[in-house]
Amino acid sequence: MITMKDISKTYSNGVTALSGINVNIDQGEFVYIVGPSGAGKSSFIRLIYREVKPTSGQIVVANKDLSKLKERKVPYLRRDIGVVFQDFKLLPKLTIYENIAFAMEVIEQSPRIIRKRVMEVLELVDLKNKARSLPHELSGGEQQRVSIARAIVNHPKIVIADEPTGNLDPDTSWEIMRVFEEINSRGTTLIMATHSKEIVNTIKHRVIAIESGRIVRDEYRGEYGYEG
Amino acid sequence: MNTAMKARTVKRHLRQGVKNIFRNGWMTVASIGAVTVTLLLVAAFLAVILNLSHMADKVENDVELKVLIDVTANADQIQELGNEIEKLDKVDSVVFSSKEDELNQLIKSMGEEGKSWKLFKQDNPLNPAYTVKAKNPQDTEPLAKQIEDLPHVHQVNYGKDVVNKLFDFLKYARVVGLILIVGLVFTAIFLISNTIKLTIMARSREIGIMKLVGATNGFIRWPFFIEGFLLGVLGSAIPIAVLMTGYHYLLKYVIQKVNLPFFELLPFNPFAWELSLLVLAIGAVIGVWGSVMSVRKFLKV
Ligand SMILES: Nc1ncnc2c1ncn2[C@@H]1O[C@H](COP(=O)(O)OP(=O)(O)O)[C@@H](O)[C@H]1O
Ligand SMILES: [Mg+2]
Repeated sequence: MITMKDISKTYSNGVTALSGINVNIDQGEFVYIVGPSGAGKSSFIRLIYREVKPTSGQIVVANKDLSKLKERKVPYLRRDIGVVFQDFKLLPKLTIYENIAFAMEVIEQSPRIIRKRVMEVLELVDLKNKARSLPHELSGGEQQRVSIARAIVNHPKIVIADEPTGNLDPDTSWEIMRVFEEINSRGTTLIMATHSKEIVNTIKHRVIAIESGRIVRDEYRGEYGYEG
Repeated sequence: MNTAMKARTVKRHLRQGVKNIFRNGWMTVASIGAVTVTLLLVAAFLAVILNLSHMADKVENDVELKVLIDVTANADQIQELGNEIEKLDKVDSVVFSSKEDELNQLIKSMGEEGKSWKLFKQDNPLNPAYTVKAKNPQDTEPLAKQIEDLPHVHQVNYGKDVVNKLFDFLKYARVVGLILIVGLVFTAIFLISNTIKLTIMARSREIGIMKLVGATNGFIRWPFFIEGFLLGVLGSAIPIAVLMTGYHYLLKYVIQKVNLPFFELLPFNPFAWELSLLVLAIGAVIGVWGSVMSVRKFLKV
């Protein structure tokens, strides 16, 4: 599903965020990306949905070679990838329902399918009763679940989450992990950057540890491996 | 766009475009105002230039010469002059009109005011004349020169003089008008692109999210093109209304007052309609151009 070969990324300010990255992630895997702040986790994630381009190396996502991918084809790559953000990125003036429907309107789905599917994902994240609320009326955990619902609404092959539980209390974090497990059990590839030792050590999955832009550890059913 | 747009998507873009118009309040008013002023001037300028060009064309194709005969010439001499003119190669036809005919024609062409000219019936100051037609328009000028040299010719009048003056004026008016209009068009485009920039800023979050969930660039741009298009079209409403009523009254009143041989305005139908359509099109182009500029600059999609 995702293959990186000798990937390195140096930003225009000269900071090398990643170097010599070789990794292969199969369809249906659940992968934690761990490592200290500034290690390059977010850069790794942004490469996958082509928010940034690698300085060198080859990256293939969902059978698309991103170095050869034309600019106007990028939207179609992103339709295969659902991204969950730490800061949710919800539109404040739209209701929860509208926020999720928005992602489907953008890819020109029919209203009938939109209605059905939005209720389906709201059910999955357990927010059916909040469909008509505005984002600011929801708690942080609820908003994060809305952003998850939006990420998965178009049936992406891959879901990527960059520290989705970073600012949430433990209970909410577990609730979100339940949703991710559910999505992953349906065959969606899941990649999640996290600082949560509890989660990584409790729900065991593949762990890729990045330090100073290099992969220092890659274990199936791995441990978090850092203090705190 | 990669694929044909679906009807509901078109509807969505239109809705968004209209929403943007209202959202931007005063900037919208300013942009529409700029387009309005620009198009008012464009319309006035084009109405004048096109009518003058029309007159110039008409005169240029006018193959008629009017040969005024010396008042002192007697009937034989007039007859002989007529024969000589007819003998010239370039001449197609020659028609004589006496000074009485000339006066009657003048009185008729002046309408009401012409009545005072009836006083001159006793002491007619006009010359008898030959109306000469050249075989083709290009020969009008050399032919006039030839006839001028014949005996008993008082004066030869033909359209070229007027045409040359008209052309000089047209040249000048075109340059000044074009500079003015180009300046105004760019001001309008600038204001529109700024208005749309505001929309883009206000929507940057939304645009970012659209991009991340896989919206194509075309999908993101369309509402802005529609906003610009609407600003341009709304800006053309007042100029078109002014043009239509203005030209209507111009034809109705002014034309009756002016009675020069070459003064003929283009008829309301189709001229006013065509010009309105042109003004509308220019408005739309200004609007879309303005939006394309700001979309390119501020919407790095
Ligand atoms: N857009 C950017 N421009 C310049 N440098 C960046 C940018 N994004 C990240 N970096 C730098 O790259 C390094 C890795 O950052 P990041 O990928 O965000 O790490 P992490 O998510 O693990 O904290 C850091 O030194 C960071 O300052
Ligand atoms: Mg990060």
